[in-house]
Amino acid sequence: MSENAKRDVLLSLKDVEVKFNVRGRYLTAIRGVSLDIYDGESLAIVGESGSGKSVLTKTFSGMLDSNGTISAGSITLYDKALSDSEIDLTNLKKASEWQKIRGRRIATVFQDPMTSLNPILTIGKQMCMVIEKHQRCSGEEAKARAIDIMRKVGIDNPEKRFDDYPFMYSGGMRQRIVIAIALSCRPKILICDEPTTALDVTIQTQILDLIKELQRELDFTVVYITHDLGVVANVAERVAVLYAGQIVEIGTVEEIFFDPRHPYTWALLSSLPQLSVKGEDMYSIAGTPPSLYNKITGDAFAPRNKYAMAIDTVAEPPMFKVSETHYAKTWLLDPRAPKVEPPENIRNLHEKMLAGYVDYSEEDY
Amino acid sequence: MEENKKVLLSVENLDVVFKQNGNEFKAIDNVSFNVYEGETLALVGESGSGKTTIGRAIVRINPCTNGAIYYRGEKISGKLSHEKDREVVRKIQMIFQDPAASLNERATIEYIISEGLYNFHLYENEEDRMAKINRAIDDVGLLPEHLTRYPHEFSGGQRQRVGIARSIVMEPEFIIADEPISALDVSIRAQVLNLLKKFQRERGLTYLFIAHDLSVVRFISDRIIVLYKGRIMEVAETEELFHHPMHPYTRSLLSAIPIPDPLIEKKKKTFVYDPEKMHDYSKEEPALADIGHGHLVFGSPSEIEKYKAKRER
Repeated sequence: MSENAKRDVLLSLKDVEVKFNVRGRYLTAIRGVSLDIYDGESLAIVGESGSGKSVLTKTFSGMLDSNGTISAGSITLYDKALSDSEIDLTNLKKASEWQKIRGRRIATVFQDPMTSLNPILTIGKQMCMVIEKHQRCSGEEAKARAIDIMRKVGIDNPEKRFDDYPFMYSGGMRQRIVIAIALSCRPKILICDEPTTALDVTIQTQILDLIKELQRELDFTVVYITHDLGVVANVAERVAVLYAGQIVEIGTVEEIFFDPRHPYTWALLSSLPQLSVKGEDMYSIAGTPPSLYNKITGDAFAPRNKYAMAIDTVAEPPMFKVSETHYAKTWLLDPRAPKVEPPENIRNLHEKMLAGYVDYSEEDY
Repeated sequence: MEENKKVLLSVENLDVVFKQNGNEFKAIDNVSFNVYEGETLALVGESGSGKTTIGRAIVRINPCTNGAIYYRGEKISGKLSHEKDREVVRKIQMIFQDPAASLNERATIEYIISEGLYNFHLYENEEDRMAKINRAIDDVGLLPEHLTRYPHEFSGGQRQRVGIARSIVMEPEFIIADEPISALDVSIRAQVLNLLKKFQRERGLTYLFIAHDLSVVRFISDRIIVLYKGRIMEVAETEELFHHPMHPYTRSLLSAIPIPDPLIEKKKKTFVYDPEKMHDYSKEEPALADIGHGHLVFGSPSEIEKYKAKRER
């Protein structure tokens, strides 16, 4: 997206590496990720389970599990509203230091709204607790603000529903409350970790629309974590594809869908059920991701990649630049590599999707 | 085309009512449908629509309050003789959504897959049992060395393969798959779906596929039943339904499927179902009616006329 040239960098990750101590063995979950997140953008991080999507965002939301450490690299938060306009988040050790960032500058919305709300406290109480803690205001004022936010996230009759318990809300309404709590401190970055996976499709659209609408109004940055490429197409301006703890491709949403360069991105797109032909087998990626307990030499995707070359088993590819906004980590982009076309089924993706698309909102379809 | 198909299972005027603290909740309201031999029939609808309840009523986890269920013409709901009961348990198997929760974590894979065989003495001797187990393991793409392991040692996709192996080993005719791929990653999802399709080709299995992901349903199923609040809204063959959805609820469901294409998805308008405004059932009673093309829609007589006209346009 060309607008990013004008936007300021809000968060900058440089060569971040995360290790977990699992019963004495070390698992390297993030293997050297560098990423700039811009002010006001919508970035989607995609990848299969175990690729490190959630771990990556937890490095800057301060929610890494206690057996995990950022073993290398730096994460800088630029924010003029803070007393230091530049903070290296990897230096934060104490809980009290994190409390100035977590919730206040960077908030997270999780997949399952039932587990992120306390079942034995009323919705209103839970909202007021957050507002009182972070905004230093009294009970009455906190209640007024809470009701105001509830209305903003689309809860009908907020005064009446203020004293309801979480179980009295539907799944979609609960997720609206979680979003309301996350936004009550006006964070600069909202991390949405599979925000709609537990919800029905019709509710999913409403929640995504709500996040987008609030983003326009309140002007914050959203980092989506998802495995659903349909959701990515709906919300993202930029997409980062994660595989085995590394970003293998990053670009604008159009570049990733219509001009993908990494064989793993090709494989992800090929798995779309919309591209499968009835009566034939659905495309599936052979093999499994590598174990992150062991050191990985060369390209981590090479054993599953039918386009792999000799060099892929020896040396790790660098990030090759495709355009100002588009980078991919594959030796196929090296000038010495043979020219390889993406697989037939994902070429002209837009034409194929358009051919199968019916606009059900029109009276005549 | 339905005339020359053989009915395998038939659900007639099924009601399922749950009672709790004196309150009654009608989860399934007068549902009737047939499942034909060798087909994949999908039940779709949002959470609370009753799709899982129907699956569970067929395997008799939930009792039918009214109505009956017939398998090959014989009644399998209500009280059954001991022999009939065993026969039905063996022939109708279920695959569950969460493979981690549906496998006994203290049992080895060998025991999990053998349990049905033990219960029904479906083997002549130890050798025969092992041969059956090994065949099932091989069919789902696991290795003999996996047999001595426990469920927690497997990935989600492998566990779902164990779930499939233990139902396949019973040599069932009919499998109810309740959201079998919802807990799985995209790439593994494809492997499990391909596996289910393969068994259907090789053994002529019939599937009742319960799911909420409509893009997957479109790929795997022959016919679709759309449920809303315990009632059938629409029944049609898959492509017929995707091209000519008639009931406004079906339209809203289909319009909400995210399209993996940023140019289309960012402009897409969704259609919202509002039952209060869209139907007037004060004068006419709605019912499920045939509008041609093997297509049934729930509506009042005047709505059905409208749907018929629209379908023929």
